Amino acid sequence: MTEASIEAGYNFGYLDENTKRMIRRALLKAVAVPGYQVPFGSREMPLPYGWGTGGIQVTASIIGADDTLKVIDQGADDTTNAVSIRRFFNRVTGVATTEHTAAATIIQTRHRVPEAKLREGQVLVYQVPMPEPLFRLEPRVAETKRMHALADYGLMHVKLYEDIARHGAATTSYNYPVLVNQRYLMSPSPIPAFDNPKLDRMPALQLFGAGREKRIYAVPPWTEVKSLDFEDHPFQPARADAACVICGARDSYLDELIVDDSGKRHFVCSDTDYCASRPPVQDAAA
Amino acid sequence: MYVAVKGGERAIGNAHAWLDEARRGDPALAELDVAQVEQQLGLAVDRVMAEGSCYDRGLAALAVKQARGDLIEAAFLLRAYRTTLARFGASEPVETGAMRIQRRISATYKDLPGGQVLGPTFDYTHRLLDFALAAEREAVAPAPEGVADPAPMPRVTELLAREGLMRRESRSDAEPPDLTRDPLNFPVPRAAWLQALARGDEGFLLGLGYSTQRGYGNSHPFAGEIRMGEVTVEFTPPELGFAIELGEIVLTECQMVNQFAGSKSEPPQFTRGYGLVFGHGERKAMAMALVDRGLRAEELGEPVDAPAQSQEFVLYHCDNVEATGFVEHLKLPHYVDFQSELEKLRSLRQEAGQ
Repeated sequence: MTEASIEAGYNFGYLDENTKRMIRRALLKAVAVPGYQVPFGSREMPLPYGWGTGGIQVTASIIGADDTLKVIDQGADDTTNAVSIRRFFNRVTGVATTEHTAAATIIQTRHRVPEAKLREGQVLVYQVPMPEPLFRLEPRVAETKRMHALADYGLMHVKLYEDIARHGAATTSYNYPVLVNQRYLMSPSPIPAFDNPKLDRMPALQLFGAGREKRIYAVPPWTEVKSLDFEDHPFQPARADAACVICGARDSYLDELIVDDSGKRHFVCSDTDYCASRPPVQDAAA
Repeated sequence: MYVAVKGGERAIGNAHAWLDEARRGDPALAELDVAQVEQQLGLAVDRVMAEGSCYDRGLAALAVKQARGDLIEAAFLLRAYRTTLARFGASEPVETGAMRIQRRISATYKDLPGGQVLGPTFDYTHRLLDFALAAEREAVAPAPEGVADPAPMPRVTELLAREGLMRRESRSDAEPPDLTRDPLNFPVPRAAWLQALARGDEGFLLGLGYSTQRGYGNSHPFAGEIRMGEVTVEFTPPELGFAIELGEIVLTECQMVNQFAGSKSEPPQFTRGYGLVFGHGERKAMAMALVDRGLRAEELGEPVDAPAQSQEFVLYHCDNVEATGFVEHLKLPHYVDFQSELEKLRSLRQEAGQ
């Protein structure tokens, strides 16, 4: 695409070059200290806080004219907010967009990690609502900063222990805390715990942007990402015990649909690109 | 086969077309002019300038019109525009002591140098709906004009300070932080929290300020002085080396006078809470002054146990653009998280049933 296709009056990627440079510096620091939350001068964006402003600023700072962008929300390319963010980047960069995971160089996501394995050279940009994994246990940021500095994560282990003692299992089903590079406790963003294992030693670069909370963090390629657990209660990712009614997949994460008044349920892949890449099930009533 | 209904580009486009139509309302009626909004809904414009932290009446009026009168949405529009503007420098500090006064009142002195000036206020109006306003009116007769008192209007807090009764503010010539450029890093200096409060949500600050009056961080306030009027904005271009006048802006300033019992190192004296907002925003300025005083609890050695005294509580939650974004993001799809919760809940219930 040519420069002419960019919205008149705006810089490539919307942000001015100095802002991009400030964000890139924060990204470099984040990559250098995996899992550490780097404060950054988050800008007010033309999309609302909480709707992906952190991810958008990260993407805007790293995107170039040769990139191919994919935007997903809940795993799907056609959810309204994904459509809106993709259209935003189309207006302010004019770069090519795609729905195919393999064809994208940058994938901005909310709440999912694609089912297809990512490769080296790809960048996965997560939209993060609350970057602080400890905030439900300790709302004071000054205090959680101290806990991270001392790697004092006992509070989280006690929480897990109490879950197991009371319910027999961890009750956290999404945004399940991980330890990055054996040092920093990190929120993987509200992805289902099912996706957590994909973060571990992922060949692609993972960048996390929290606009409202003004934090950036990162997991460099091939970095260890371990979901918190105990030796006698290992981490257990879960998915619905069903098959996708469209493609029959039993290995993908599923959305549950209620299809009639009696509460009959169908399950479909949340990752629409993964689903579309597989042959459809012959029997439509499956 | 059931196909999941997820929004598409066309649905968004159509929804926004409907929004345009709804904004316009009945086409048989004259369309609202931005200049009319600016002139006749001036306090809405002032609030949007304050919370949008951008002093431009025309743009704020446009934002009010575009937002269909939703003032938080309008502030959001103005902020999103503001971030795209180049920043060529910072003005000299404005001198509110030299304000061209439209309104100046003190609740602590019956009379004082410069006198009490009521100005255009709702105070002492009887809140009776004026049905005459619903009808087309003849031109409004101009308000009677008096002769302005040429005497200077010293600040009330300065009069108290001269007597040694008002705690002196610690003076600093350090470059103030800019919270639109650098994230808050707690604990933050007063200059940073005053910035946050000045653009904070009027309703939130009103509630918090009110809470300090009701015992949650009691600070025994008196409205030492409220003044509203034009101040001159000056700027020193580096290539000139001296200040030039850029223009005038309207500000509302409130200085609350609060009791202070004293500490080991300081005698009993008055302390102040400070509020300053763009435009005519008296309620906001007063609420801000109450909350500012609340936030000074730690500095003054008072117990910090009320919401209005907690920096993180006040400053992380006073910004309505941040707050509305995050509250309203709950409208976005959360199928994936909800699905994982469903599965977790089913499995926990199954285990409990066994």
